[in-house]
Amino acid sequence: MMHNLTIAEQIKGLKNRDFSSLELTQHYLNRIDDSKLNAFISVTSEQAITQAKLADSILAKGNATSLTGIPYAHKDIFCTKGVKTSAGSKMLDSFISPYDATLSEKLNSQNMVMLGKTNMDEFAMGSSNENSYYGPVKNPWDTKKVPGGSSGGSAAAVASHISPFATGTDTGGSIRQPASLCGITGLKPTYGRISRYGMIAYASSLDQAGPMTRTAEDSAIILNAMAGFDTKDSTSANKLVPDYTKNLSKSLKGLKIGLPKEYFSEGLDKGVEKVVMKAINDYESMGAEIIEVSLPNSIHAIPAYYIVAPCECSSNLSRFDGVRYGYRCDDPKDLNDLYLRSRSEGFGDEVKRRIMIGAYALSAGYYDAYYLKAQKVRQLISEDFKKVFKEVDVVMGPVSPTAAFDLGSVKDPVSMYLADIYTLSVNLAGLPGMSIPAGFSDNLPVGLQLIGDHWSEELLLNTAHQFQLKTDWHHLSPVD
Amino acid sequence: MTWETVIGLEIHSQLKTKSKIFSGASTAFGATANTQACAVDLGYPGVLPVLNQEAVKMALSFGLSVNATINKNSIFARKNYFYPDLPKGYQISQFEIPIVGNGVIDISLENGENKLVGITRAHLEEDAGKSIHDMYDEFTAIDLNRAGTPLLEIVSEPDMSSAKEAVAYAKKIHALVQYIDICDGNMQEGSFRCDANVSVRKHGDKLGTRAELKNINSFKFLEKAINLEVERQIDILEEGGSVVQETRLYDSIKNETRSMRSKEEANDYRYFPDPDLLPVAVSEELLLEIKKSLPELPTEKKLRFVEQLGLSSYDAEILTSQKEVADYFEAVINKGADAKLSANWVMGELSAALNKNQVEINDSPIPSNELFVLISRITDNTISGKIAKDVFKLMWEGNGSVDEIIEKQGLKQMTDSSALESIIDDIISNNLDQVKQYKDGNSKLLGFFVGQVMKATQGKANPKQVNQILNEKLS
Repeated sequence: MMHNLTIAEQIKGLKNRDFSSLELTQHYLNRIDDSKLNAFISVTSEQAITQAKLADSILAKGNATSLTGIPYAHKDIFCTKGVKTSAGSKMLDSFISPYDATLSEKLNSQNMVMLGKTNMDEFAMGSSNENSYYGPVKNPWDTKKVPGGSSGGSAAAVASHISPFATGTDTGGSIRQPASLCGITGLKPTYGRISRYGMIAYASSLDQAGPMTRTAEDSAIILNAMAGFDTKDSTSANKLVPDYTKNLSKSLKGLKIGLPKEYFSEGLDKGVEKVVMKAINDYESMGAEIIEVSLPNSIHAIPAYYIVAPCECSSNLSRFDGVRYGYRCDDPKDLNDLYLRSRSEGFGDEVKRRIMIGAYALSAGYYDAYYLKAQKVRQLISEDFKKVFKEVDVVMGPVSPTAAFDLGSVKDPVSMYLADIYTLSVNLAGLPGMSIPAGFSDNLPVGLQLIGDHWSEELLLNTAHQFQLKTDWHHLSPVD
Repeated sequence: MTWETVIGLEIHSQLKTKSKIFSGASTAFGATANTQACAVDLGYPGVLPVLNQEAVKMALSFGLSVNATINKNSIFARKNYFYPDLPKGYQISQFEIPIVGNGVIDISLENGENKLVGITRAHLEEDAGKSIHDMYDEFTAIDLNRAGTPLLEIVSEPDMSSAKEAVAYAKKIHALVQYIDICDGNMQEGSFRCDANVSVRKHGDKLGTRAELKNINSFKFLEKAINLEVERQIDILEEGGSVVQETRLYDSIKNETRSMRSKEEANDYRYFPDPDLLPVAVSEELLLEIKKSLPELPTEKKLRFVEQLGLSSYDAEILTSQKEVADYFEAVINKGADAKLSANWVMGELSAALNKNQVEINDSPIPSNELFVLISRITDNTISGKIAKDVFKLMWEGNGSVDEIIEKQGLKQMTDSSALESIIDDIISNNLDQVKQYKDGNSKLLGFFVGQVMKATQGKANPKQVNQILNEKLS
């Protein structure tokens, strides 16, 4: 079945004319149609078919790139010209973007086929996808469970093979955590590796796009297409993009893996711990050296993150004011009423909560105690990693303290924030991180987190790929 | 009881970049509403700012011109507040670390003395759009063409002690930004806007509570608004009241200031560093490059006019106070006209005519090359200075060039000394009484004879020649 093929295999299939892009696209569109996971906010069938036909003609002419004709699902946080871009919010339910995000342009330029826009927590704020205006996404392994968030739609789409890959964004774990909970491979690159232009901002200094695929090899293929400097994003790095597929087969003999003791303390589910430790053992048997390390400031990651991110989001989301686009309340009495009701009615609870926290933390008299302090903590967290990466090549640990939890089971926002305890530090330090399928706990997938030093995506992908050559967790699927 | 006035100015100077400070949209003034605002200026979801390096260079030009400290890594910050003409809900500005730090500028006071005014800082920021409240009955119209236009906000120390000093400072900054070509200085179009912080105190006391005056778009209004505010504050204090810290709006039609918002009502702007922009790194090379490209500054020019052209300090100050005037003057003398004579003509006849007719020097009906010809005709004895004034008037009214007018009107000076001698002989023989008195020692009567000769020649005689012949004949 075409949908069980990896991207690497589909690229070959298209090249060998085993199937056309139109057949592939139509096949996925049918699967999306039959899916009950609520993974998509918009399905752009017509556009997809047009793109697929165009891709086929380009393939026929022989001037295609390797990704021409490959379908994908785009997280609904990326602006797509002429297509609704909602960021999972009522605020933008009516918003048709007048322009393409740089990432959208890059994928378009290879004549890839966008199947639709995936569901997500509103403005990427959440760890369960329950904060979407469009309703929660269901975990394909157990539809009573959450898929994780905020890129829950993307993760569920890839895990259920209704899209060969999906784009995601990760501000505090939003690629890695849903990847872990849905049993797929998710990569959050180094901050600055992929342009943020046209990616609706949640917390600008933490947001980073990345690929969500089934395999590490596919991640490498897609990262090649996504990465690169963009003059429209001052924070994107003007740094050469290597061919990420080149070093996948390097042996891991002598690789030094650091296990932060803080990542294996109380709060970590025993089942998850078992899976993670088994994976570490596998690495050891592949010739890697396992070293215990310490990231002493990681205990401060949650409070630091929940200051920095809300501060930035309180300002980033000010533009949604009901004046120029997006939701506007009925019959505003005056300007204040327009602002107040448009924003009260247009934003969901979690978004409002974070805006309030951020506005408070930035206000006169509190700035030093909160924002500045959080920035200092951030510095300390970075320094912890810097020290550790002098000793080891890759840091490993759990992605999430638990496997997928029941929809509706976590009601207290602070408990929900704990779901990101192992992922936040990576964003605060701007490092690359991955989640790869490592096994199951109570029949639910569990991911292993790989963290590398800045710009070490090649090493991470190599490390992940070698594991996937020895294991087949990534091939297990909730669908036939 | 005498009161001391303390004034500091915040000047918003619109930079002359072609495109906006954080986007590629044009900054040209006067386009159809909302046609010069791109997705970035409109604050669309997902857009990001990219700093216009031209704006950075212009800010640095200013900093170097006022001998200011340049911050090698300045930071853009977000100033958060809601207003419909502020699309993102925040203005990108500089807060804690501005690009230009402490500097100083020399201003000339009316009494001829100079005063140094401190510049606290100058920072880059984006302008907001325009809210137009009187276009529709029930709505406010928003034009976002101006949104994102680069501004340099120049903040002075509270060093001015009168409205006149404040105006002198503002004019000096106004001249400077035009000299270094970073701002067109057009106050009507809002390219150069002044806010004044005004307070009063008794001599020796600490600073009084200040009010910030906004909406001032001419130097005349600046002076009026400050004087009004000083009077208002003194009245309050003398009646035993206290001044409230607030922002006041100047109404030029009613000539009054009125409260806009008090300190309590002021926004908490929740400044924080803009995570979308990197610190602005300024290299030594860039500074050197800008230093080299700076034109001669007003102070340098003034010094040169005094030292090399022999002008008085007062004249040099006037001639350099506006770049256009200095340019005009230099165009005249660069063609070879006498410097002092040119200075007198530019500051005298020309300035008077420009003022009277409310014409800017760049639009003068007498271009610099014609004034040069006119002055040359005086120095080459074709016409006298007195006749030159008549020629100037005729030229102003559009009656042709200097030489055409002299020719047509027959204004050429008499240079034929024999003809002049015979006229003078006639005058002497017709005024023998006066000749006698003159010879008896009433030397004042020379003027009488000169007048008679001028009358007889309709002013065309060369006064120097007349004097010379008269002296010979009457001795």
